[in-house]
This record gives sequence, structure tokens and C-alpha cells, in this order.
Amino acid sequence: MAGPMKMRATWANGFTDVRVLMTHPMETGQRKDPDGNLVPMHFIQTITVQLNGKTVVDCQVSQGVSRNPVFSFRIKGGARGDKITVAWQDNKGDSNSLDAAVA
Amino acid sequence: MFGLAALGLLKPLAALAAWNKEAFGAKTADAALKGIGISGAAPTRDVLIEAPEIAENGAVVPIEITSNVPGTTSIAVIADKNPFPLVAQFQFQDGAVPFVKLNIKMGETSEVRAIAQAGGKSYVATKEIKVTIGGCGG
Amino acid sequence: MRLVLPLVLVLSFPVWGQDSKNQIQKYRDMVAEGSPAELFEIEGEALWKKPQGPNNVSLEKCDLGLGAGVLKGAYAHLPRYFADADRVMDLETRLAHCMVTLQGRTFKEATARVFGTADRPSEMESLSAYVASLSRGMPMAPGTSHPKEKEAYELGRALYVHRAGPWDFACTSCHGAEGKRIRLQELPVLTKVESARAVAATWPAYRVSTSQFVTLQWRMNDCYRQMRMPEPAFGSDATVALIHFIVVNGKGEPYRGPGNKR
Repeated sequence: MAGPMKMRATWANGFTDVRVLMTHPMETGQRKDPDGNLVPMHFIQTITVQLNGKTVVDCQVSQGVSRNPVFSFRIKGGARGDKITVAWQDNKGDSNSLDAAVA
Repeated sequence: MFGLAALGLLKPLAALAAWNKEAFGAKTADAALKGIGISGAAPTRDVLIEAPEIAENGAVVPIEITSNVPGTTSIAVIADKNPFPLVAQFQFQDGAVPFVKLNIKMGETSEVRAIAQAGGKSYVATKEIKVTIGGCGG
Repeated sequence: MRLVLPLVLVLSFPVWGQDSKNQIQKYRDMVAEGSPAELFEIEGEALWKKPQGPNNVSLEKCDLGLGAGVLKGAYAHLPRYFADADRVMDLETRLAHCMVTLQGRTFKEATARVFGTADRPSEMESLSAYVASLSRGMPMAPGTSHPKEKEAYELGRALYVHRAGPWDFACTSCHGAEGKRIRLQELPVLTKVESARAVAATWPAYRVSTSQFVTLQWRMNDCYRQMRMPEPAFGSDATVALIHFIVVNGKGEPYRGPGNKR
């Protein structure tokens, strides 16, 4: 089961800033575990950022993104109380999402 | 593992372009760029890469990219010397600003490129980031 | 086994340019924004509230020094003397104490796995992140007036300079003089107020290089390992004394952790 996500969305001066943290190993498939076996690839591939249900950022990412990824995005507009949804899906088909209200 | 329908996300994710396996699997920056349909990106000062010149650890290298090229619809991030140079690509629409901050992995000191696409053309900025290792490992 | 040769790699500052130092600081500042430590805080909150042990109770009534269940500011007031245990305790020792006295767990079971891995953090790590986060912004104010607190401070001070083990190392071997570094990391001299303040204010912390949340007990343990000394017991008088020594030296500094480090 996917680990916790955390998100902060704040509005200031006409822009909505979103910072989202995700729990994910982002394994490259090149790392060896303590027994010497290769840990298989396991990483987020797609992420969507939605404002009030409408996709505003579409991301494709790879194992080149750091473990427990943190992303910042910016949207022109939005308003306090609007809903931001960030959803991800990984190469194993696991997924997770989180909503936050713009503060 | 939750089904997409259970998360109520079936529609939005189904509408996404499939993950670009070819581009992300490319082993050179040129092949990666080709995989995302970019050729002849013009060097520009209108794409800004904000990042430290030295990373204390290659596992996490913070990079902030802003494109001031009018009409930017996407930003791609490439780390030339990574085993798979294409790290990420972001598409912006409906008010999203062409801006992103993310942490990337770098295996060694390398040029990092940010490529913005706008109006059918592409624009590139590069920055060399030195990767070192800090501390005693503890 | 990691090969570590700190002696060989301790270099002095003159080769270290100011520009490099600025860029390293920039790296640290950018990495500190949006720290994955927050993910451990979330885990920690869930663990704090989770009924466990033979008594099937949560830790919510644990007294971390400011009263049963009072979390806000508790980390900033540690380490301190606890009458019910008649000793100075740091956060982790106190958490273990509550696991035993409230939840009915044995000390052995509660501390069987105190240092986790990137894939599976330990309870102690997540709980430390959570509790520490609730002292954000508050000045570090460890106990200093009780005789046992003074004793712990003196023990910590003595241990800091005490050379032992096959390499005849003490903390001072690496953390004893200004201007030293290991590879690219400056080594703080923890007897100096400014350095101690920075340390007290930013631990426990997420280590990006290992993707692990690292607690102070873990850090002390690993220092001892690096010095090739016998492994100190979790929550031992020695480790608590060293932590106490550092935090007291750093007292007054507003807590800004949990930190995010290389």
C-alpha cells in the first residue's frame, strides 16, 4: 500500500503555489540490497495536478527522480478554498492521490 | 493496491498519454530528446535553472526551472551523464505556470538541461552541477 | 561494510574556497525546502495514537516532561531529569520508557529495532519526527538545574574528549578543531556554542544520502561505530549524556527541525 503524501497549497498575489511530498522508493533497478540482490525497478511514472478537478499539470517522471519525491508547482489564479488534487501512478500500477484546499 | 476506479481517478489517468517508455529508456541525451520529439532546441536565457553548483549528495539534487518563453507548454529535464538522461517532462495547461521544482538523482557531475517547448519550437538552458559526497556516511 | 577512513580524509579549510561554501549552503537551503521528514511526522502521529503492547494502549498519555500527553514544546525541553525513572532521559529513552510503562511492552521488545532502513523506518524514528516537529519555533531548553542533569552534562563533556578504542579516537578526533572536514562536510565543533546551537536546532533529521530519518541515539551509535568503539546500548547513560551535553551547549536556539540533511 502506498505510503503517506503531504501537500501544501497556498494562494498569494494571484498565484497558487503547490508543494507536494510523496513516499516512494523510486528504485532504479540498479541498487543492490544487503544480500547482494538487485532491487527491482519501482518508481512513479505519471503524476497529475488538478485544480478543482481540471488537470493543469501532466507529469511524466522516471527513476531519475529522487526517493520520496518533492515537487513544487505554480498555477496562475485559483482562490482560497479551491481544491488541488495530486495523483500518481507507478510502474507496478500502484497509485495514490491527495486533495488539499488552497489556504 | 487500490484499483483506479476505487480512487475515483479512472477518467483522468486514462486520458493521459502513456508513459514514454522509449524516451525514458534512451541512453543518450540526443536519443532522449528525439524520443520526446525535440530537435534543434535553441539556447536561451529565457529558461532559468535555479540549482546549486555543487550537490553534497547525488541522491538528491534540487532543481527549480522557470520558463519565461511566452506560450511555454512543456518543460523537460535531462541530466546528460545519467544512465537514462531523460528525468522528467511536465506539460502545463489551463493556467499552470511553466515552473517546477523537483529533486533529481545524479550519478556524477554533469550538465543538466531544461528544455521548454513553445509555439512548436524548443528552447534550452543548461547548467553544470558538480556532484560530490559529503560526510562520514553516518 | 562501509569503508570509512576519516583520519585520512580530514582536510583543513585553506583549500576550501568561499564560493564552494556558498554553493554547498545553497544546496542545503534548497534541499531543506519541503523535506521528506514531514512524511515521517505523519507516520509518527499515527504510531503515537496506535494502541500497542499487552495493555493495548496508545502513547497518548506519555509524559515527555511537560505533563501526560503534552507534546507541544516537549522536545525542546529534553533531555531532562525524570523522577519516575530517577535519571536524565532524552526523547528516545523516554519514548521507550512509555512503551514499557504504558503499553506493557518489555524494554527488549520495544527497542528490538530502533534503527530502521530506508524502506522500513523504525517506530522510534517516526515517533521522534512527530514529537520533535511539535517543538518547532521554540527555544531549546533542556534541563540544567537538577543535580543529575549537571552530572549528565559533565559525563557528556568527559566522554567528548575521552580517547578509547583501537584507534584511540574521541569525538574530538573529528569534532575537536575548527576548519576540519570529511570529504565535503564541515565538521562542527560541538563545544562551541554556535555549532551546538545549529545541531540542537536541526536534529533529528532526514538524511537524503540514505533516505533515512536519523535520530540522535542513532547518530551517537554511528559515531561510536565510526570510531571502532564497542556499540553503546540504546538509551545508555553514555549516549544520553553526550546528547545532553550537545543540546545544553546549544540551548536557547529556536528549534527548526526536524532537519533535512545530506
